[in-house]
Amino acid sequence: MKLDLPHTTEGWLLLVVVAMVALLGLSTDTFFTLTNFFDLLNSSAVNVIFAVGLLVVLIAGGIDISFAVAASVVQYLVAITVMSIGGGNWVVGLALAAIFGFGLGAINASLIYYFRIISIVVTIATFNLFFGLLMFFTRGVSIYNLPDWWLDRIVLYEIETPSGYAEITLPVVVMIVMVIATWLLIRRLTIGRQLYAMGDNTDGARRIGVNLAGMHFLAYGWLGLCAGLAGVMQAHRAQEVVPNALIGQELDVLAAVVLGGARLGGGRGSVFGALLGVALVTITQNGLNLLGVSPFAFRMIAGAVILVAITLSSGQGRSLLGLLSLRTKRA
Amino acid sequence: MQSKQPILQLTHVSKVFGGSRALRDVAFELTRGEVHCIAGENGSGKSTLIKIITGVYTPEPGAEIVFEGRRFDSLTPVTARQLGVQVIWQDLALFPEMTVAENIAFEMNLSRRPRWVRYDTMRAQAQETLQRLGFALDLDKPLRDLTIAQRQIVAICRALVAEAKIVFMDEPTASLTQTETTALMDVVRRLSEQDIAVVFVSHRLAEVLEISERVTVLRDGLRVGVFPTGEMTQTRLTELMTGKTINHEVRAQDRSDAPVVLEVRGLSRDAEYEDVSFEIRRGEILGITGLLGAGRTELASTLFGLTQPDSGAIRLDGRALALRSNQQAIEAGIAYVSEDRLALGLIQRQAIADNIAITVLDELEERLRLLSGKRKSNLVQDWISRLSIKVDKAEDAVSTLSGGNQQRVVLAKWLATNPKVLILDSPTVGVDVGARAGIFEIVRGLAESGMAILMISDEIPETYYNADRILHMRGGRIVGSYAPVAADIADIELAVNA
Amino acid sequence: MTERVSEQSGQTVIGGATLLDLLRRQQGEVVGLGLILAVVVLLFGLTTPRFLTIGTFQSITFQLPVLGILTLAMLMPILSGGFNLAVTFTANMAGLVMAWVLQSQGGPDAGVFAFVLAVLAALATGAAAGWVMGIIIAYTGAHPILVSLSMMIFLRGLGEFLTRGGDVSGFPDFVGSIGHGTVLSIPAPMLIFIGCVIIWRILLTRTQLGFTTYMVGSNLVATEYSGINTKRTLTLIYTLSGVMCAIAGIVMLTRFNSVRVGHGEAFLLITVLACFLGGVDPFGGFGRVVPVLLALIILQVISSGLNLLGASQHLATALWGGFLIAVMVTRWLLWFLRGGKRDS
Repeated sequence: MKLDLPHTTEGWLLLVVVAMVALLGLSTDTFFTLTNFFDLLNSSAVNVIFAVGLLVVLIAGGIDISFAVAASVVQYLVAITVMSIGGGNWVVGLALAAIFGFGLGAINASLIYYFRIISIVVTIATFNLFFGLLMFFTRGVSIYNLPDWWLDRIVLYEIETPSGYAEITLPVVVMIVMVIATWLLIRRLTIGRQLYAMGDNTDGARRIGVNLAGMHFLAYGWLGLCAGLAGVMQAHRAQEVVPNALIGQELDVLAAVVLGGARLGGGRGSVFGALLGVALVTITQNGLNLLGVSPFAFRMIAGAVILVAITLSSGQGRSLLGLLSLRTKRA
Repeated sequence: MQSKQPILQLTHVSKVFGGSRALRDVAFELTRGEVHCIAGENGSGKSTLIKIITGVYTPEPGAEIVFEGRRFDSLTPVTARQLGVQVIWQDLALFPEMTVAENIAFEMNLSRRPRWVRYDTMRAQAQETLQRLGFALDLDKPLRDLTIAQRQIVAICRALVAEAKIVFMDEPTASLTQTETTALMDVVRRLSEQDIAVVFVSHRLAEVLEISERVTVLRDGLRVGVFPTGEMTQTRLTELMTGKTINHEVRAQDRSDAPVVLEVRGLSRDAEYEDVSFEIRRGEILGITGLLGAGRTELASTLFGLTQPDSGAIRLDGRALALRSNQQAIEAGIAYVSEDRLALGLIQRQAIADNIAITVLDELEERLRLLSGKRKSNLVQDWISRLSIKVDKAEDAVSTLSGGNQQRVVLAKWLATNPKVLILDSPTVGVDVGARAGIFEIVRGLAESGMAILMISDEIPETYYNADRILHMRGGRIVGSYAPVAADIADIELAVNA
Repeated sequence: MTERVSEQSGQTVIGGATLLDLLRRQQGEVVGLGLILAVVVLLFGLTTPRFLTIGTFQSITFQLPVLGILTLAMLMPILSGGFNLAVTFTANMAGLVMAWVLQSQGGPDAGVFAFVLAVLAALATGAAAGWVMGIIIAYTGAHPILVSLSMMIFLRGLGEFLTRGGDVSGFPDFVGSIGHGTVLSIPAPMLIFIGCVIIWRILLTRTQLGFTTYMVGSNLVATEYSGINTKRTLTLIYTLSGVMCAIAGIVMLTRFNSVRVGHGEAFLLITVLACFLGGVDPFGGFGRVVPVLLALIILQVISSGLNLLGASQHLATALWGGFLIAVMVTRWLLWFLRGGKRDS
């Protein structure tokens, strides 16, 4: 029998995710319901938007720790702005989120590009700067009286199933739009290819004539934009703006995206992989929940899964797997 | 030759860097479809000249650049590219994660305004360019899966896509095997047939003479002259580059009375080398030559304990060795000067002193197993003076040294371990022609003092004039043995290149 | 390649021996940070009379140790070209183990022997967490950021699972008095921190492990070629980093008289910030203990000074971030003024 094992990280991940889905489908009767599926989509929308944004920065050869804090900053900025102009609406809100987010990303980009400071240093600095200022100016106070348009749940698709109502809400739509937009950017647009080039071989990209300054603003600006939109969506879901609600997410999202095959150092990574990375973590937690495992164990098991996956998918670990697949092929 | 029109003429080109003059009133001329070589030692101004032609540097006022009849005072990278000047850098500047097709046709992605990527057009263009040169490569393979030689073809194709009229190649053969080099030479001829001028910048004199029609020699920022290669010899070219007369004489001696230090019997390792046997005696320099890829470096890796043989025996001073790591090899008295000084031989960013001390940390320990700064600086100063390493401060990074001095640091670091056997793998790679003699002087001195030396080199003259015996390796086997006293260098070259 | 080097060195000669040159030398970092510290102290001293008092000194020396010890734990992996993002949760885990040993030995009635046992168990826990990371990094070549990140997520999850998100407390009285006690009016935690600093400095400057840490950080393969067992080096680096985390965890336990998973979580990025501020090369290979110590003191002085002025801790956080940016930009300026070019 010939077993064709996958060659790419994405391939392996897909295999694992499919196996998990199958296992959960068999062992629980709630996993394979439309309600659960839509719930998964609704609850992971914010993380997926973060993930595709971070993916772009990783492909470009950088790293960003500040995006989750940037999202919180954008939440406040948007809330204050729309309240000061008398309410606004979704169009205004999303446009503001995109602009503010891009602006915060551009701060990172300028520091990284013009002052030649490596991205991890810059974004750790801006993480503290943004978070400190946010907490200082808001005094840690949450905003509950957001405009109605922001708070009202928007259900775009609804279906009644035996296990309750299954709904698709606005964050899912924004998620889908950003996933497609990111895919178009990095796969289908010439500037996206230049981004890959910069991450793959910065020196080579410069010599062939890639505009590195522009690429920095594109990458960090795109992540900022995604973070801004994710922030507004998170506030929509949570029905409030809490200054430290998103802090800590950055490392979880980073782990998921790298799990999905994006390489620290740049040049490699795909939207599909990033989605699978988030899916693996989300489905693990969802599955454990359905299986009745204590919620306190979720993170432990998710951490262990990531640790094992990263060990196996890198360097010697990968060659170990390669050997395995070779042996199976011969057999 | 006379029918060829000049495509590029430079006159009165000078360049000053902070007080030091890198180029002084240099002239350079290139004709359409010509294969030209720029030869010169490090610091002669070669790369400055190339950077002026490619628009990276602006020459001092007074320079005149005429490209196909159009006059310029200086060029920018963009105009140089538009005029058809392309450079294939030593590191190739390709994108390892991208496919062959996208690498070749990447130029299409460089629009000012964002456009849709046209993968089909890119593929077609890549295919067409490959065909134009008569090559076949899998267009969808990621570049990282290609050999260096294949990558070089991709880089050349990319230059063609950009409608190159002049292609500069910066040390193109540095990392190629001999067969790959031959293939590259073939590509260069095809480019020339298509009226594309090719300019080589290369250290390897043999191929310079073989491939190019004319050679421009630079020394200390001055142009020594332009010479047709037809009447040029390696020795003459070396003398022009260094400004010194070099005496080549065979130094070989018969050492067959001395006791055997290293003995290798029937050593084999799958897909690397097979049934290799030889011995090196006290004070003997044994040369191993052969084409790159003959299994020489692989053999050295095993002797240094980095890999383990499948069968066969290694004996040092009569005792059998079963090395499982290079630490054991070093302990046993084997030292290895790697051919890759940049990545393996030295830790470039760290201090000269640390690079020397790293092999003998145990000896630097005093009470409580703490390292003694005094012992370290004594050791370092000792080796710096013994090997006459030109060093400003021992705390400077190794990367600030010239190639020749770096190689001396590598020697110091290994000699500090007091080895019985010293393996030298291509000891003059990246070392100026003028500085090579100094390295060999040290090596000969070590042999005189009783060390057994294994010298691997693909430069046959190097082994011929310095080794006591020469082994010829091909396809992982030892296929010939010569004594320079008895054999003629031409015969050895003939046998190796056959 | 080599030609470019010679051309560059031709350029650097112009400046001659100037202040910039002085700053470039090894001591430049210490001098620069010392000056900044003096300015910061002076500014606060002029702004509020309560600043230059024993009270401020004690508050700084009580708060510095935990962040300081965690920073030391971060320093060694960064020098080796890696990261240890699990420092805070390793400290938490070690604290938890210590707490359990104390509780199993009678809780509030536990004796000194139980305390010693608990400390050893905590150290062993930290060492084990670091060892696992070190082994994975050394033998699979996986990126240290990823390995330590997943270890962090795992330890956080493990800790939350075991404690159900609650506090563990109920220790003998003398435990708390270690955390709050003073010797010659120097807080005990500060003495522990000073001890750690001295050990780390000796380790990095005077031992084989320290030497090879720098070498591994610059070029792992070349170091291995030189006959160094780099796998052992990497494993040891992360193990020792784990031990240092455990010490931080022990100090935290004595300070707060309780253990809670997530305590000190916010310190994680601050430890990295302090390293970078102290001139540690983000790519590894360069960086020293003393400048990092100075950077830590500056950060703590800013925080305590603002606290005295009645400003929130968050303003200090923001200032820390802004401060790091300012220092990095200044370093870039110095480099630029020396004739650094974008394309070199």
